[in-house]
Amino acid sequence: MERVALLRYGEIHLKGLNRPYFERALYNNLIKALKPYEGVTVRKAEGRYYVENIGDDPRVFDSIAKVFGIISFSPALKVEKDINAIQKAAAALVRETMEAKAPSQGETFTFKVESRRSDKSFYLNSMELSRRVGGYLLRNIPNLKVDVHNPRITVNIEVREHAYVYCRIIPGAGGMPVGTNGKAVLLLSGGIDSPVAGWMIAKRGVELAAVHYHSFPYTSERSKEKVIDLCRILSQYCGEIKLHVVPFTRIQQELYQKCPHNMLTILMRRFMMKIAEVVAHKEDAKALVTGESLGQVASQTMESLCATNDAVSMPVFRPLIGMDKIEIMDLAKRIGTYETSILPYEDCCTIFVPKHPTTRPKLEKVREAEKLVEGDKLIEEAVANIEVLNIKR
Amino acid sequence: MGQGIYLDNAATTPIHRDVAEAVMECMLYDFGNPSSLHGMGLKAEKKLKEARERIASALGVDSEGLFFTSGGTEANNLAIIGTAMARRREGKHCITTQIEHPSVLNTFKYLEKEGWKVTYLPVNSAGVVSPDDVRRAMRPDTVLVSIMHVNNEIGSIQPIQEIGRLLKAEGSSALFHVDAVQSFGKLDIKPLQWGIDLLSISGHKIHAPKGIGALYIRKGVKIHPLLWGGGQEKGVRSGTENMPGIVGFGEAVRWLEEGTDRSYLYRLKGILVAELTQRIPWAVINGPLPEEGAPHILSVSFPGIRGEVMLHALEEKGVYVGTGSACSSRRGHMSHVLEAIGVKKDVAQGAIRISLSYLNTEDEMRQAAQIIEQCAKELEGFVRR
Repeated sequence: MERVALLRYGEIHLKGLNRPYFERALYNNLIKALKPYEGVTVRKAEGRYYVENIGDDPRVFDSIAKVFGIISFSPALKVEKDINAIQKAAAALVRETMEAKAPSQGETFTFKVESRRSDKSFYLNSMELSRRVGGYLLRNIPNLKVDVHNPRITVNIEVREHAYVYCRIIPGAGGMPVGTNGKAVLLLSGGIDSPVAGWMIAKRGVELAAVHYHSFPYTSERSKEKVIDLCRILSQYCGEIKLHVVPFTRIQQELYQKCPHNMLTILMRRFMMKIAEVVAHKEDAKALVTGESLGQVASQTMESLCATNDAVSMPVFRPLIGMDKIEIMDLAKRIGTYETSILPYEDCCTIFVPKHPTTRPKLEKVREAEKLVEGDKLIEEAVANIEVLNIKR
Repeated sequence: MGQGIYLDNAATTPIHRDVAEAVMECMLYDFGNPSSLHGMGLKAEKKLKEARERIASALGVDSEGLFFTSGGTEANNLAIIGTAMARRREGKHCITTQIEHPSVLNTFKYLEKEGWKVTYLPVNSAGVVSPDDVRRAMRPDTVLVSIMHVNNEIGSIQPIQEIGRLLKAEGSSALFHVDAVQSFGKLDIKPLQWGIDLLSISGHKIHAPKGIGALYIRKGVKIHPLLWGGGQEKGVRSGTENMPGIVGFGEAVRWLEEGTDRSYLYRLKGILVAELTQRIPWAVINGPLPEEGAPHILSVSFPGIRGEVMLHALEEKGVYVGTGSACSSRRGHMSHVLEAIGVKKDVAQGAIRISLSYLNTEDEMRQAAQIIEQCAKELEGFVRR
């Protein structure tokens, strides 16, 4: 009896001739995600992936749950194609499931057995197999009752090149394998929103690079460390992230001294976008990703977004655009970035904030105001001093 | 030091070389457990006794009354909760001040949740509590008065001697606890003469390692332990003794007693204040007059420049200071100490804390003042209008 996991992948079935390409990407991502676990292997067969030699480390399943492209997975027992072995495995799994669900003794559990026999040479057909295993379970485990319509435990048996028995189907991360849909540059502030935005785009198979704007001494080394930590959490889903830390103090000071203060935030954001676009070109990325959500703050009104968007020609993906703050926070908690995001270090968006920012900037006026500083020179200088960090999980 | 100018000694101090060597020796060679019956244990026990005596003698108390803890926070918790638990049948009222360290304030907040009443006394604009206020707050059911000796953010010195005398004169049975974490090694402390029942000290504020502190308990005073176990420290603080820490603590105290001149810190502070006020006339000194506060702590504000920004600008030029206490600087809100002494919000937000040690030099004071002036000038242009 060996512990394995059965992995199901979905959307990539739809890709016709591209299918081998997607499958290879998914396989490689799985290998990378499972690298920390010694001995664990990945095998592809019959439209599934099998993670084998799992042993008893439960973290393997957490890692599987973070690989984009996996629809669902099942911790399973792999045994010989032999009715006795299958019956024993089913009993072991049912006992485990009952203990996990109700540690108190005596509660009655309803169950059914569902069998699939892709190996037609196996001497029992699926009906017979289900019946034999069901009977065995009823004889050997107290407090079990059959209910084929609404069972609390479904024992699944698949007879392939081996027999597999499992009771649970756990939802995977969904989406598409990272790397199959190009590369984008994420503007990562350290707040709650931007890591979630990055996660959503990575989920669609996009490889991420990140830019972070650092305004020492207005922001501290700790705020930089925080962004590195966020990248590390994201990299559990999307693999290695190249983080570009851009020195931004000089630009903010110039804007502060030379431009109208009610436009500071919008001008600052335009510079962020422009620098991100330069980084994207260098990285051969085709789009930018931001955590903007319509109307959330003054710089995210429709007029402000237009003014920000105007700064670049590359497409800007804003996956959170229609989400409420609460929804974003819930997602941040689910993917594990929330606790880090709320650490109270200043980020560059909260300093040099005007007392009365304009909420409906006129694009023409913004463009005029921007001319008051030597933008190209400032950007060139900032880009020249970028610090690049490769963040792995 | 070779690592710039370190002026955040109220947060923690560099470990003195003699101390580090003593700790190293203890870890590598004399690593026995003082409770072990064999010779290694005996050797450790001797070192334990030696350190205890050394520290007790610096306080002018009997070594029997000194109990090692994991640091100042545990000493304060032990003093406050230990007293409250031991005296809960006699009364449930305690007195403290609004400017205590979080390890005192939050312990009292916990007691309040458990049904105790706590009076938090205000302080004047110099950050000093009035003994009269202490007297007026006394109730028949008051079981504990806890007042810090030196405030960790602004360096104000509390009239401990007077309050101790007053408590005696009032004939109160309340115990008197003093958090002396910031003053130990820098100011005179006389627990026996001043009527102090409980006194907390910490190693890492005086060039010993982190993770070691002590609570002095006057003879005859009974408090409840917080930790239960093998009965070390006469049952007051179970757990195998932190021998490297204790040896280091003892060695640091030896060095302080033999190798330092108390007036040296005041001399450093005098130079720093003179240089700063001359170079940056618009700087505001918070709390007590420099010569009336503790010799090693100075709170100074540059209104309009946030303390944290100043701190990072200074760090870039190799000068390390603090904002308020290290424990609270990461939280966004205003310092409770600056609020208690009535500092306006923009001044409070512009505060940095400069804290000195015997390892600083006069030259460093002049250099630091010059660098602070430079940073203040650079940042002045971006003050929010």
